[in-house]
Amino acid sequence: MSWMLGLDLTAYWATTTIKVLVVLSLIPAGAIILGYVFLLKMMSWMQSRMGPMEAGPRGSLQLVADGVKFMQKEDIFPARADRFVFAAAPIVVLMSTFLLYIVIPAGPRLIVEDLDTGIFFALAVSSLSVLGILMAGWSSANKYSLIGALRAAGQLIAYELPLVLAVVGVVVQAGTMSLQGIVHAQADGEIFGTGLIGNPYILTQFVGFVVFLAAAQAELTQTPFDMPVAESELVAGYMTEYTGFRFLFFFMGEFGTAFAFSAIGATLFLGGWYVPGVEGTLADILGPFVLGAKIMSIAFLIFWIRFSYPRFREDQLQAFAWKYLIPISLVNIMVTGILKVVL
Amino acid sequence: MLAQNVIFGAIALAMAAAALRVVTTKNIVHAALYLVVVLAGVAALYILLAAEFTAVVQVLVYIGAIVVLFLFGIMLTRAPIGITSDLDNNQRGLALVVSLFLFGVLGAVLNDAYGSTKLASDNVIQKSADVGNSIFQDYVIPFEVISILLLAALIGAVVIARRD
Repeated sequence: MSWMLGLDLTAYWATTTIKVLVVLSLIPAGAIILGYVFLLKMMSWMQSRMGPMEAGPRGSLQLVADGVKFMQKEDIFPARADRFVFAAAPIVVLMSTFLLYIVIPAGPRLIVEDLDTGIFFALAVSSLSVLGILMAGWSSANKYSLIGALRAAGQLIAYELPLVLAVVGVVVQAGTMSLQGIVHAQADGEIFGTGLIGNPYILTQFVGFVVFLAAAQAELTQTPFDMPVAESELVAGYMTEYTGFRFLFFFMGEFGTAFAFSAIGATLFLGGWYVPGVEGTLADILGPFVLGAKIMSIAFLIFWIRFSYPRFREDQLQAFAWKYLIPISLVNIMVTGILKVVL
Repeated sequence: MLAQNVIFGAIALAMAAAALRVVTTKNIVHAALYLVVVLAGVAALYILLAAEFTAVVQVLVYIGAIVVLFLFGIMLTRAPIGITSDLDNNQRGLALVVSLFLFGVLGAVLNDAYGSTKLASDNVIQKSADVGNSIFQDYVIPFEVISILLLAALIGAVVIARRD
């Protein structure tokens, strides 16, 4: 806490302001990139159609146009809604997304704060979004919203466990919870008797990677885990009564969190910003692009699954978490722990 | 240390105000949401004390799980929007006695134990590895006892919930 001793107060506030502004612009940017590349274009191509083509080159400004449209809409509160909670809910969800970005490193020095608890902090703040979702569903005074919120809470609680347990394997192998430390552990590691490519944990923690991906899919309520927002049954679940910029908040929260989870997956299993042979200042310059490419690979998997599978039933969804993912990840932790001691 | 004191005062005030609202509000969901403010304040105090790991545990366990479970239970059973008239009962006097007694006991114990201890001004952040080491070396027996207690509670809950 050297800043409290009054040494570099101006420098401290200047860097903090810059960091906050960068993260604030990253959320909409990440949401727009994922939304355009995957939701609009990839889904269209997989369904043999063009997708949006008019706004900007090949429709690339479609989501910006949508955003502007949302801003102009009337701010509507349902007549019987609990106004304060209704207004606060999207902010809670967006806040949880915002806090996720604090611990993700994009280069050796490009990180908001390299917390010692890194990945644990990220998992803790991501669990705050459930609170916002429950608030939204209850305050809307709409039974479909309430059902959607309850489904979301049940699902997010169930899948938080395999998510945490899948990460434990990586933490055991790296010996640290700091995301920067996990990147360095992968960069310095060796596999197949050579340190040429470092040791990306997708090779040694493949089971953990699969469980992490499945649990992240559920945490993001992407199909096949989209019971909470099932359009055909619940209109849009907890988001049903939201319009205009409040709906935009939820949209940015959903895709911004997808971007952040892809970044966390890329950092945990693909080596984050590290690419063999790049070090020092060059890594700070190339880091964001390397991380970006890895984010897009993980996000591609998430959205590929989203567009390919039908929705789970509620009992299948719970059974998948409790009977398969959790036991598998527990066995993974045990094997990792034994190998860590033996090797 | 002035900055820490000012921030502690602000957090403590917000927590006290929210705690009052938890018991005075007429809306049960609002009470649960005010509880979130109190618990988040506790996490903020942990951060102020440079106990980062404990603060994250506080957020994950209390806000992310326990309050969510409260809200889940309330909404699953009965959660009307607006005020509920039967949230209060006529045991305010008794509650006041109990809470004053608890305040006295806890205050006396804490003052007795830490009354003259000063926090080091170069309060370095506690490493999670140190927390882990002390749990699994110095406090391994209490840790194991608590684990068995929780396991017993878990099995008990399963037995009670199963009707056959």
